[in-house]
Amino acid sequence: MTETQTRGQQLEGFLKQVPIVKTLGMHCDIKGDDMVGVLPFQNKLIGNFTIKALHGGAIGTFLEMTAMAQLFLVADVERPPRTINITVDYLRQGRAQDLYARATIVKLGRRMASVRAEAWQSERDKPVAALLGHFLLGGAGEAKA
Amino acid sequence: MTNPMNDLDARIEFMRENMANMMKVTPWANEMGFEVSRIEKGHVWGVQPFREHLIGDPDTRVIHGGVITTLLDNLCGMSCGTALKEFRFVATLDLRIDYMRPAESGRDILAEAECYHVTKSVAFCRAWAYHESRDKVIATAQGAFAINKPRANVKKGDQI
Repeated sequence: MTETQTRGQQLEGFLKQVPIVKTLGMHCDIKGDDMVGVLPFQNKLIGNFTIKALHGGAIGTFLEMTAMAQLFLVADVERPPRTINITVDYLRQGRAQDLYARATIVKLGRRMASVRAEAWQSERDKPVAALLGHFLLGGAGEAKA
Repeated sequence: MTNPMNDLDARIEFMRENMANMMKVTPWANEMGFEVSRIEKGHVWGVQPFREHLIGDPDTRVIHGGVITTLLDNLCGMSCGTALKEFRFVATLDLRIDYMRPAESGRDILAEAECYHVTKSVAFCRAWAYHESRDKVIATAQGAFAINKPRANVKKGDQI
């Protein structure tokens, strides 16, 4: 990371190196310190073929990644935050369409942060899923197994 | 009465016979590459092999937490199928995952899910992910699943 890079460019550079981001096929539409996660529809994201619904695990992974990305964007950390726990509410069936998500930092502490994220499809007011997650900030040493 | 739809023992037997192919029909589970390894009444076991394309941190090369979410969500849903007297589709209402310690890079993740209580419309599950045994867990999960009413005329690709 160079000094001249904005936080958004640093985040984009990091996301490019993360295999699961590529596997999901997601990207982040970054606008300054704000961003929207975008998960373009692909057949491999389906969990139930009979009703063509997105897999809850794919939605959960996308929400967790969006929350982490938003946190990385605003928190002064070198390493990506580590997840302590997440709770995902599945509110509606995820259809065979693109999925979007936005995350809000509820509390940014020195060691921990609490983040909410919401995913939607064609209508912003009809969320597909909502996440509440707690993250450990910059635990590079602790991340080692 | 040996119809897997309304006979639980027959269904468990049917699921065991089809264990190897079960995840192939679930595209996102297939993408993760996990397998179901054991099925008992209300309890299901699975294995998530380490795969490069699932890494969530390029420095530590640890699998992303979302993979564990997928694994535990899927196993919980399946455990409902081994607990309900009549076959029903279930949908995740909510799922909470606590990460106790990071998974080790390069190692398979073992997991199990238990459907421990069933009401008329909701099934309650818990699940564990670990490398060796439940004494040293990587993550635990707790979830509620909505039991869908039987749908007689659902066609493939129907939007419900």
